[in-house]
Amino acid sequence: MDAIILQILNGLDKGSAYALIALGLTLIFGTLGVVNFAHGALFMIGAFCAVTLSRIISVSHTVIDETRTDFLGNPMKVEVPYVHGWFGVETGDALIDWAVPLSIIFAIPVMILIGVIMERGLIKHFYKRPHADQILVTFGLAIVLQEIIKYYYGANPIPTPAPEAFTGSFDFGAMLGFDPNTIIYPYWRLVYFAFAAIIIGAVFAFLQFTTFGMVVRAGMADRETVGLLGINIDKRFTIMFGLAAAVAGLAGVMYTPINSPNYHMGMDFLVLSFVVVVVGGMGSLPGAVLAGFLLGILESFASMRQVIEIIPGINQVIIYLVAIIILLTRPRGLMGRKGVMEE
Amino acid sequence: MGILDVKGVNKRFGGLQALGDVNLSIAENSVHAIIGPNGAGKSTLLNCLVGKLIPDTGSVMFDGKSVLGRSPHEINQMGISRVFQTPEIFGDLTVMENMLIPCFAKRDGSFEMNAIGSVMKQTDVIEKAEAMLVDMNMADKRHMNAASMSRGDKRRLEIGMCLSQEPRLLLLDEPTAGMARADTNNTIDLLKQISDERDITIAIIEHDMHVVFSLAQRITVLAQGTPLVEDTPDNIKGHPKVREAYLGESA
Amino acid sequence: MFGLEKKDARLLLLVLALTMFAPFILNPFPEGSGWAQFNAGYPDLMQRFVIFGIFAIGFNILFGLTGYLSFGHAAFLGVGSYSAVWMFKLLSMNVLPAIALAVVTAGIFALIIGYVSLRRSGIYFSILTLAFAQMSFALAYSVLTPITGGETGLQLALDDPRILDGAAHAAGNIPVPGLFGLEMRDSAELVLGAWVFTFNIGYYFSAFVMLASFYLAIRIFRSPFGMMLRAIKSNQQRLNYTGLNPRPYTLAAFVISGMYAGLAGGLMASMDPLAGAERMFWTASGEVVLMTILGGVGTLIGPVLGAGMIKYMENILSKINSDILHTWFAFLPDGLENLLVTLVYPFIGKGWHLTLGILFMLVVIFLPGGLVEGGQRIAKLFGRKKAKDTDGGADAANSTTPAE
Repeated sequence: MDAIILQILNGLDKGSAYALIALGLTLIFGTLGVVNFAHGALFMIGAFCAVTLSRIISVSHTVIDETRTDFLGNPMKVEVPYVHGWFGVETGDALIDWAVPLSIIFAIPVMILIGVIMERGLIKHFYKRPHADQILVTFGLAIVLQEIIKYYYGANPIPTPAPEAFTGSFDFGAMLGFDPNTIIYPYWRLVYFAFAAIIIGAVFAFLQFTTFGMVVRAGMADRETVGLLGINIDKRFTIMFGLAAAVAGLAGVMYTPINSPNYHMGMDFLVLSFVVVVVGGMGSLPGAVLAGFLLGILESFASMRQVIEIIPGINQVIIYLVAIIILLTRPRGLMGRKGVMEE
Repeated sequence: MGILDVKGVNKRFGGLQALGDVNLSIAENSVHAIIGPNGAGKSTLLNCLVGKLIPDTGSVMFDGKSVLGRSPHEINQMGISRVFQTPEIFGDLTVMENMLIPCFAKRDGSFEMNAIGSVMKQTDVIEKAEAMLVDMNMADKRHMNAASMSRGDKRRLEIGMCLSQEPRLLLLDEPTAGMARADTNNTIDLLKQISDERDITIAIIEHDMHVVFSLAQRITVLAQGTPLVEDTPDNIKGHPKVREAYLGESA
Repeated sequence: MFGLEKKDARLLLLVLALTMFAPFILNPFPEGSGWAQFNAGYPDLMQRFVIFGIFAIGFNILFGLTGYLSFGHAAFLGVGSYSAVWMFKLLSMNVLPAIALAVVTAGIFALIIGYVSLRRSGIYFSILTLAFAQMSFALAYSVLTPITGGETGLQLALDDPRILDGAAHAAGNIPVPGLFGLEMRDSAELVLGAWVFTFNIGYYFSAFVMLASFYLAIRIFRSPFGMMLRAIKSNQQRLNYTGLNPRPYTLAAFVISGMYAGLAGGLMASMDPLAGAERMFWTASGEVVLMTILGGVGTLIGPVLGAGMIKYMENILSKINSDILHTWFAFLPDGLENLLVTLVYPFIGKGWHLTLGILFMLVVIFLPGGLVEGGQRIAKLFGRKKAKDTDGGADAANSTTPAE
């Protein structure tokens, strides 16, 4: 029992990332009809927003500390972050410590801007071209984006820790009455899951309860009819693209403490997220979220020692295997609408 | 017994009864038109004939054999060719290549793996395609990219492609939709000529009464998924029920 | 000639000449000169040109003709490499049985994966092939370690049985792949003044295989089968209503292109007898997509050009560092020199992928016919007739009319 709970928990954080990326992919596919291979790159850029902000906050200048001396007896030079000077030592340190969550505020406008520029500058010209062309051009864009990041940030993963307050772990085992230390779960992963749930909830609420969202949903169902009503659907879709970019970016921001970001993390996640979208059903938002969590948890179950002993290597292939079976038996995915790219 | 016999065909889409107990018999070597207002079930019926849809109940017999449950390419191999409302041709290929493909299909069946021989060396097929291009009056366009032709030419090419398979039944789905008057008349003349010169049955679904009355020998009027009446064109023109259901609106 | 149209025969002769004289053509700069770093005429790289050329030619038979975009073709390349290495371990160091097995196993894999994947089209087909390839990669990397060598890859060992070779190689060194006594790694050098040209047996062997593959590809392009494949890309609906079943055609194309990939993989292992799982990773599948598109999808020569270009960039462009840039721009005033170096630097050296990505995007956006189309446009600009040599499917019209 405790092992099962542990695996479900372990699946949640990866599942959250899959779900958030897949949600954005589906928004873009459902509204604009574009298969966006650069979506993983947006996730990656989000992560590097966090890296950037934490670097900016920690920018320091050298001061001579008269009270201390180095081993030669000279006054010691110490690096003092500028934020100490502006906000005082305590607030400054807190800012540096909380750089990752703070990056959310920084990342939202940046990601929306990138998304809108991408859509207006490139994707727009590919609406009428075949899906293969869309895949190719966004694939090219993904390469370009990740190379730019690589140029400025290098190829190595950059550790970006969570705030001090979240570095510990929950002992769920003790909480739920099992043996202590059987279900250990880091705080930050729990935060990530909660964060993902909030974002997903916000996106759904936005689509469900605002006029804007209603028009977008109508447009997803039948673009032409909505266009005939005299509603400028294109403009809304551009904003949706920005929103999808922001969702992917935020998923990236918050993921940084779980896995140190590197330039190819986007591509690694993208391949799986596409599989998630297909399993959930192309164009179905609930399907994307559901499939994201399901596959995340499934993957973590398949990594259990007991399972691997029975079917070696299953943890490596489980997601692909599920995708293949789903695609062949139920081409529209778990929750896809009939007729959406079924062929 | 005609060449195509439809008996008791029903088709529902959710709550909508698209076809209700359709019985229809098309006589060999005739030109048979199926008319009806929008939403009468004409296209659904056509799709049931070519294997795109499978009726819920009923039978569709072509030349004594059931077509139900067969895929479109198998039904085509039985001798039914279809012309679409918007011409379906191989837009990226040249006119000549468009014509060659059905000629190969006629000779080799549904799959033939000839990956080494050159197309050019298949003289029998090439001669046949050339002859059909001449028949269709488009030999001068043979090197053109098919997508770059006018709507009327595309239609002509599509009909030629169907004919080069020597089908026994040619199904046409609103063949003159969206055409200018001159192109429409050309198409009518072409179809007349085909029906006169060849051993072929033509079934045509049409909206344009001018086309229907210039071509058809028998007409079936479809309304709300059920055949209302079937008769000769002259009788159809005067039929009160038809006037009420259909002609009254468009006249 | 060889049962080819005149212009196709000319194209084949051109490729023949290019591959045979490649050691000269690719080494235009004298040894020791500042430009020598642009010489690509060394065996390792020349082998890669032709081997990836084969890979791309095969990929183009699937994607270029039928329009089915596979994102998992590297799996077949990897399978080919593993098979070949196993043949070296078990049977003989002769490359022929190794390559034969590579082609056959890749073909069988392609048949299975293709049979399943081709039940869907469009984006679903792409994802299915991607999923299969990633699965193969993951398995090769972990569970199948006894067969694939896992992380370290599959290598030759001294105590491999090598049934046919027997005592011939008992001398204590791991033997090298060869063809009836000719070792693949052997080279002859020709020194002409300041120039050094290297003629490598492995390269010439691969080049001949590539020529044969290219010839076969021309035949397929011009055959009724090739025409059917182009018809599938153009309009499946019409094909269905013409009594043709697209499935066996696409499957045949998939298997053929898988066998081409296996051939390339087998050759790769013949040049350097080891195989690793990373050859199957999806980025490797993406690379062949880039090659084909960059060169010109659906054209005959395009994929070969694309493969050559990417491999050249990967091996030559990537070696330029900022010092070299400084020496190039040294004639300029210091400020301008530094500015230029700063501007150019991100696109070369380790940043060559950036150049590749930008180039690729530009091609997809503005030049869907790739380098070949670019060449044709330039040729047109100069008022010449449409460049005949570099023409593939687009001009097949002429070939389908009877000879006059």
